[in-house]
Amino acid sequence: MEQAIKLESNNRRSTDAVIEIEKKITAAIDIKNTTKIFGNDRNTGMVALDDVSLIINDNEFFTLLGPSGCGKTTLLRLIAGFEQPTEGEIMLFGSHLEGLPPHKRSVNTVFQQYSLFPHMTVAQNIAFGLEMLGKTKPEVERSVNEVLALVQMEHLAQRKTDQLSGGQQQRVALARALAPHPKVLLLDEPLSALDFKLRKEMQVELKRLQSETGITFIFVTHDQEEALTMSDRIAVMQGGHIMQVGTPHDIYNHPTRRFVADFIGDINILEGELLSKSNGNGKVKLDAGMEVMATLPKACNAVATFVSVAVRPEQLIICPANEGGDLTGTITNIIYFGSGSHIEVKLVNGELISVRQQSHNDDNPVFALDDLVCICFSDNCLQILAD
Amino acid sequence: MTDLTLNSTHLSSGAQMHQRREKKVRRLLLAPSLLTILIIGVLPLSVVLIYSFLEPGSYGGVKWHFSVDAYVQLLFEADIFDGTLSFTTAYLEIFWRSISLAIMATVGCLLVGFPTAYFIATQPPERRNIWLFLITIPFWTNLLIRTYAMLLILRDEGVINIGLQNIGVIDQALPLLYTEFAVSLGLIYSFLPFMVLPIYSSMEKFDFRLVEAGFDLYATRLKVLWRIIVPIAKPGIAAGCILVFIPSLGAYITPEVLGGGKSMMIGNLIHAQFGGARNWPFGAAIALILMAVVLVSLWVYMRRTGEEGGLSHG
Repeated sequence: MEQAIKLESNNRRSTDAVIEIEKKITAAIDIKNTTKIFGNDRNTGMVALDDVSLIINDNEFFTLLGPSGCGKTTLLRLIAGFEQPTEGEIMLFGSHLEGLPPHKRSVNTVFQQYSLFPHMTVAQNIAFGLEMLGKTKPEVERSVNEVLALVQMEHLAQRKTDQLSGGQQQRVALARALAPHPKVLLLDEPLSALDFKLRKEMQVELKRLQSETGITFIFVTHDQEEALTMSDRIAVMQGGHIMQVGTPHDIYNHPTRRFVADFIGDINILEGELLSKSNGNGKVKLDAGMEVMATLPKACNAVATFVSVAVRPEQLIICPANEGGDLTGTITNIIYFGSGSHIEVKLVNGELISVRQQSHNDDNPVFALDDLVCICFSDNCLQILAD
Repeated sequence: MTDLTLNSTHLSSGAQMHQRREKKVRRLLLAPSLLTILIIGVLPLSVVLIYSFLEPGSYGGVKWHFSVDAYVQLLFEADIFDGTLSFTTAYLEIFWRSISLAIMATVGCLLVGFPTAYFIATQPPERRNIWLFLITIPFWTNLLIRTYAMLLILRDEGVINIGLQNIGVIDQALPLLYTEFAVSLGLIYSFLPFMVLPIYSSMEKFDFRLVEAGFDLYATRLKVLWRIIVPIAKPGIAAGCILVFIPSLGAYITPEVLGGGKSMMIGNLIHAQFGGARNWPFGAAIALILMAVVLVSLWVYMRRTGEEGGLSHG
């Protein structure tokens, strides 16, 4: 008996291991050289997506981030099947999606405006997808109760959807999309209609739902903070192109493109000349005077001689000029915002650089306008941009 | 203390007077329509009600004797010689034919009108008005003339028969005219806009993104239509059905022109009683029964939808 249990647990472990391996090698969504043109052709129509390739892993919280009109929603609609790609193909767990209508794809969407069925109760809304899949009544009931508990809406199951608040509707929309247990869940700016506090709550909630269900989430947003908080990986998009794909840390600290650097948070961009390359780093002589080591953009071999170097304001340390540092300049502006202050420094060559300084108790030197200061770089904080 | 109360009552009575005057003025606004309803609605109906309980005069008109004969006549036939009553279904048949023709017209209008309304509602807003305008064009012409036009199309020498004969599909003219088919076709043609317009107005507000949500949740086209579009368009569908069914049930011109003798409907029966048959009380009785049928079916319908609404909110 004991042995049997052990054997079984061994078995399970080995199958778990197999699943683990499979997870590593299978992509939930594999987008290959996909182009979407609205209109007749490239010249007269609107190119929404231009030769986009992207792999989204299983069980990943993946975010498509970009300004409106960057093609992120189009990409989502291509995956959902509401639009067909003009060129290229999309695979869902290794199977082609080409020509499949939305109702034959194991992919569900949480719509921006929720699109709950107004003539149905909360429970009926959630049951809809399950019924369409031909599940039996007890199965439907069980699944509905499960997801209702998952989104903490059990007490409102019999309400009509127009009697719910925005946050509650959001939860119902989530529950409805999760109930059929799709392979991939698409979320089209689902939090944009909520107020600030509720949005923060739902960010945590979404993250929890993703890890609890193990479903791959593809989340579309234009809010960079939202993307950084929630995602396992982010693809930053602009003008129908993917600019950079990476973890929030990568995207934030090592933006490889000027657009990505600009779009996410505050950043300083300094101009310089690339002197030499080694081990993914480059030696750059900054126009402001000094030679520094900066990270080279990955997979970008052809970097020009004259480059831009990006650095975050909070990665800079400011100190009085007599202490010495990497760069020198004078303070032109100080903005205090409680937990810290923004200090704008004009460097000797005329470039402006902004520094974020944390508020400390007392011993931190207090700066005033027109002070001569030095700026030091933290380790490994400079990033060379590819464009 | 007393002073205060007195004062307040005085004040409030002043306010009350003002309110009363306002109410009077508002009622005055209703006066023209109330007067109209009284003169062209309540008065004639009372006359019809009273006539239905009198005896027919020999040359039309009524004799002022109370009698329920008119209602008995509907179901029983009096023997000419000894006056014994025997059950007859002749009039019931006409009632039944009217109801079934009205149902056919309603279903026909729904089948044609729903897709039309859906089509218009999915057009870009600036083009919708053009389509609605086209739908209402038939209203510009008198119903009688439109019905005669139908007659010209359907008759043996009409466009359809001649056309089919010319291309050699048929040898002899199809008997299209003077059939129940012709009557229901005529009714559908006459009342189609009454179906399209209310359905359109309920579809116009429809959020077509819900269709996308339906597809996303594994619903086929048919399921989306049946489970999402139709339920939301239901108020419009119901209004359209009522607006087509009621006038179809009492239609006179269409069965008169297109139905011939075989497809008599209630409207024609009533006309006959006040005309050739010179039995005004019987005509009045049929008219009242027709009205009762309509009212009862409306009441049943409203009770049902009322219950549904109650359930959904409970």
